[in-house]
Amino acid sequence: MSAGADPSDPQRSRSHDLPAGENSFQGDPSSGAEFAPESLRRPARPSTKAVLLIIGCLLALAIAAPVLVIAASPVLGSDGTWTHLRETVLGLYVRNSVLLAAGAGIGAGLVGLLTAWVISMYQFPGRRILEWMLLLPLAMPTYLIAYAYTDFLDFSGPLQTMIRDWTGLGAREYWFPQIRSLGGAIFLFSFVLYPYVYLLCRASFLEQSVCMLDASRTMGQSRQQTFRRVAIPLTRPALAAGIALVAMESLADYGAVDYFAVDTFTTGIYRTWFGLGSPVAAAQLSAGLLGVILLVVVFERLSRGRKRFFHTTNRQQELPRWHLSRPKKVFAFFVCFIPVVIGFLIPLGILVEAATQAGFLPSVIDSLEWAWHSVVLASLTAVLSVFFALILSYNVRLAPGAISRTAARIASLGYAIPGSVIAVGVLLILGWTDRASTAWFSHDFLLSGTLAALLFAYLTRFLTLSIGTVESGLTRISPSLDQAGRTLGAGPVGILRRIHFPLLRASTLAAALLVFVEVLKELPATLIIRPFNFDTLAVHIYQQASDERFAESAAPALLIILVGLAPVLILSRMMTSSRKNGN
Amino acid sequence: MTIRSLLFLVLPFAAGLANADEVNIYTARHYPGDDELYAKFTEHTGIEVNVVDGKGDALLERIKAEGEKSPADIFITVDAGRLWAAEQAGIFAPAESEVLIESVPAEFRHPDNLWFGITKRARLIFYSKERVDPENLSTYQNLADPEWKDRILIRSSSNVYNQSLLGMIIAEEGPEGAEQWAAGVVKNFARKPQSNDTGQLRAVAAGLGDVAVANHYYYVRLMLSDKTEDLEVIENVGIFFPNQGEGEGGAHVNISGAGMVKGAPHPEAAIKFLEFLTSPEAQEILALGNAEFPVNPNATIPEVLETFVFEENDTPSSVIGENNPEAIRIFDRVGWR
Repeated sequence: MSAGADPSDPQRSRSHDLPAGENSFQGDPSSGAEFAPESLRRPARPSTKAVLLIIGCLLALAIAAPVLVIAASPVLGSDGTWTHLRETVLGLYVRNSVLLAAGAGIGAGLVGLLTAWVISMYQFPGRRILEWMLLLPLAMPTYLIAYAYTDFLDFSGPLQTMIRDWTGLGAREYWFPQIRSLGGAIFLFSFVLYPYVYLLCRASFLEQSVCMLDASRTMGQSRQQTFRRVAIPLTRPALAAGIALVAMESLADYGAVDYFAVDTFTTGIYRTWFGLGSPVAAAQLSAGLLGVILLVVVFERLSRGRKRFFHTTNRQQELPRWHLSRPKKVFAFFVCFIPVVIGFLIPLGILVEAATQAGFLPSVIDSLEWAWHSVVLASLTAVLSVFFALILSYNVRLAPGAISRTAARIASLGYAIPGSVIAVGVLLILGWTDRASTAWFSHDFLLSGTLAALLFAYLTRFLTLSIGTVESGLTRISPSLDQAGRTLGAGPVGILRRIHFPLLRASTLAAALLVFVEVLKELPATLIIRPFNFDTLAVHIYQQASDERFAESAAPALLIILVGLAPVLILSRMMTSSRKNGN
Repeated sequence: MTIRSLLFLVLPFAAGLANADEVNIYTARHYPGDDELYAKFTEHTGIEVNVVDGKGDALLERIKAEGEKSPADIFITVDAGRLWAAEQAGIFAPAESEVLIESVPAEFRHPDNLWFGITKRARLIFYSKERVDPENLSTYQNLADPEWKDRILIRSSSNVYNQSLLGMIIAEEGPEGAEQWAAGVVKNFARKPQSNDTGQLRAVAAGLGDVAVANHYYYVRLMLSDKTEDLEVIENVGIFFPNQGEGEGGAHVNISGAGMVKGAPHPEAAIKFLEFLTSPEAQEILALGNAEFPVNPNATIPEVLETFVFEENDTPSSVIGENNPEAIRIFDRVGWR
């Protein structure tokens, strides 16, 4: 929190050092009062930029430190494991990771874009309900989806057993798609992760000028052509950002791909580190994973193109929705309903069924305690991450250039790194600082095994979500507003507080909610670095599931979904009300 | 509880405020009886038990990173290979106690008392009663024979139970023999390795394959289940104790074990806790909770395990652990995912 006070304080003491020339237009205070409110009438202080930039860079380095520590360790040398990996499994890891990221990205991109378009442009029964239901899969952790579907569609699962019972066919006398496969993983990831794309594209469609779409229609373009030639190009940055999030989320996943029996970089890192006992080779694999992530980032930047869109006002107009013929209405309904069914309703049903069958209900007190722990962690991380994201993305706006942009990108690295790897990075760093602080002070000042360590890991892992959201909010605010503010004498911090923050309220809230939901679902890092006797909902699911008692994990699983629903519902309300409040 | 958790945040050094009457445990076991066990210990000694549970490998990394400042007193993990890795990392301190030496037979503890076995589990062969004549089953080695082509079900080699099994076979057959064996088993897979031990048993019952390898307690768990689909699995799947013939070495047995962490803030409480874990009372709770075999010969074996009588392989846990990295390399080379 202290970082927030810093930018302004040094300025205050330094302001009287400014050269006379820069101070001169402050001149007679009374003359300024005629065109600026009292509080805005402050001299421009160029050095605020520098201080903010330095703080931003230090912050980015600290956030990325766990990733950098791991990625830097290949320099430590080699123990021959890498040669073994290259000769045997490395090709498989690369292939599976790239295919999974690309496949899930494309799949989720298609589902998200299509549903966002249909919801935004057409009128059909059930539209208002589906608009928010489409966000529901956000509350569903991928490892739960994986468990529910593999259990359900597996050879010995209820569906195939039923098929065999009905048809009388024997074990290998019929064909059924193999759910535990790369294809199965891509399919299900597409249907759980599409809300990222949907959320961003929907917001983008809401912001698009109606006139532009109407103009396109007046000029004789069909709806399909309007979609292709006008709406899609305008949505491209949002679509690219959404797809990149999905790709990175799939790259970082451990639990779900493990269920799907797909070997990726993440499962490889785990196996190399702990099984082969080679932290060096594991770090080299992590560096390889970082390479794939870099591809994703470059893809995202390239597909955004050079286009910049600004809105000089956040006033928007309710879109007139196109009416459809009856069969098309039914079609539109199912386009939006099927993703909800696959990504949320079916797995929910399977979990409810498992929970009732198991008859295992944790005591209310226990569940409340787990839920409370989860909520406290998620809220703290959400607040901190928005705050840090504001600093970093504001830097990019204030001091555009390689340094500020690199800082923001470096702080985003952690998103595609598996939680267990980040956790070990955090442990290593805190091990050093703990030892150093004990050496300096006579008293032990230990961060390892505290909630602070957990928050550190979460921020490293999820900061990119809030940076992305806040940044895209900031870029839509026209620079002319900043210029106007500066002309009126407001400093950078003043502009942030008085102009940007009010305009960014929705973006920051969305960022906080996204981070909240992710932290709620996070498992591997929580498992490794939490304090004693500190169970969260996700941890409790793991405790049951790791011992092959999946049915018993269904009750805490339902709780996690329930707690995650609240922020998801707020998100969707925000989205729908933005139009109505615009006028 | 909540207030205390928040204290960890606002007073980061609160973790360093050692309470005399407590013992801090990092454990990779999460079985139903374990919580009851900790409560019993507190009841007997007045010592509070603080627990972090998680994956054994990751907890070991945590102890290593925390170094001498680690609050951990005891590290519990569920595989000989992992105990060996922890010992190699130098995180254990010898726990000197007459009681422990009396309770745990020599083959289940470290020669310098760095760790002690708590429970034993056997990795056995399971077969379809309908499609397999148990006369044709003999050893783990025999599973590489072409007669089992397209019939074997076993989980991924990322699982430490399989790594330890291969570690034992390396000790018996040498690395080349073990690689040939693994390659032979891969050729006989009924499907790509996937799912968990229970999943293999269910797949045998459903007819996807004829022979599976799994830990014994997953089978017992299905035996004790009240669901009809679980009991149907038991009806269709038989249990076979491998390598029981003359000179075949016995069935593969693994242990879960515990040791005192070097620099433990509460060494006395830690030793008391280890003594308690290996006492007949605790051993019976442990054994009942997860249908495992107690290591203490004075503890009663659970009723449900009375028919499980077999010759155990005596390859020392430390050798199996040492072979662990080699086992994974072999798995990688023969394409056993």
